[in-house]
Amino acid sequence: MPQLSQWYVRAAFTYLIMGFSFGALMLANKGVPLHPALWRLLPAHIEFLLAGWVLQFALGVAFWMLPRFWHGPSRGSETGAIVAFFSLNLGLWLVVLGTVLTLPPVAVTLGRILELLAVLSFTSHIWPRIVPRN
Amino acid sequence: MPTLTRWFLKTALLCLIATLLLAVLLSIGRIWTLTAVFGGLGPVYFHLLMVGWVTELIFGVVFWLFPRFNKETPRGRPWLGWSVYILLNLGLLLRVIAEPLNAQRPGEVWGWLLPISALLQWLAALSFVANTWPRIHGGPRRQAREV
Repeated sequence: MPQLSQWYVRAAFTYLIMGFSFGALMLANKGVPLHPALWRLLPAHIEFLLAGWVLQFALGVAFWMLPRFWHGPSRGSETGAIVAFFSLNLGLWLVVLGTVLTLPPVAVTLGRILELLAVLSFTSHIWPRIVPRN
Repeated sequence: MPTLTRWFLKTALLCLIATLLLAVLLSIGRIWTLTAVFGGLGPVYFHLLMVGWVTELIFGVVFWLFPRFNKETPRGRPWLGWSVYILLNLGLLLRVIAEPLNAQRPGEVWGWLLPISALLQWLAALSFVANTWPRIHGGPRRQAREV
């Protein structure tokens, strides 16, 4: 597994634990009311699991598994995938902190822009690798 | 394909079918008034999809395809792998039963099943990461490690 995929997957696993932790607290609170403030974790729970776990894991495995080039660097220029990693994680935290801490809406918007940049950046890397084997 | 992966994948498919059946019921509920318990099925639908289908599918395939832990125990500790399966599905099943009933009749015994469901699913995620983290590496392991 290439180093960059290891970063992606380790990050995804970390978000899996955080997302499940927040979700477990809210689910427990639903059955046995603990504290109403726990519901503020809902946006973070969603973001950690959708963007941090599922999306990030998929990107990491795609970077690893999709067809490689026969000439030159086997995975081509990795810049797009590297930029995507940092942009996705930075954007994710901006969205989470923006919603949980009720920051000015520009924080969430900036976070979403960074997440979009991440997807565009990753796409620019992976598109040429989506090829038939023949 | 290892046995545990087959169990994960088949269970994930069953959860997907259950999700879509639920989607049909929820859409019927917009046309005709169904029994009140169906009103609490929204979160169940979403979690059957994301935990029962997506996450369970990922767990099963990861268990199968990720780099080997070592030659002797290529997929880590088998008991921990099976624990993930049992904890996740038991927790999800408890949620499917208890959440709509708790929504309809809060403060009864159903409410106490939800923290148990939460704990089981959380332990499943921890167990999965504990069993899989050592398999995130770049190449074959030279020496066997104590499991």
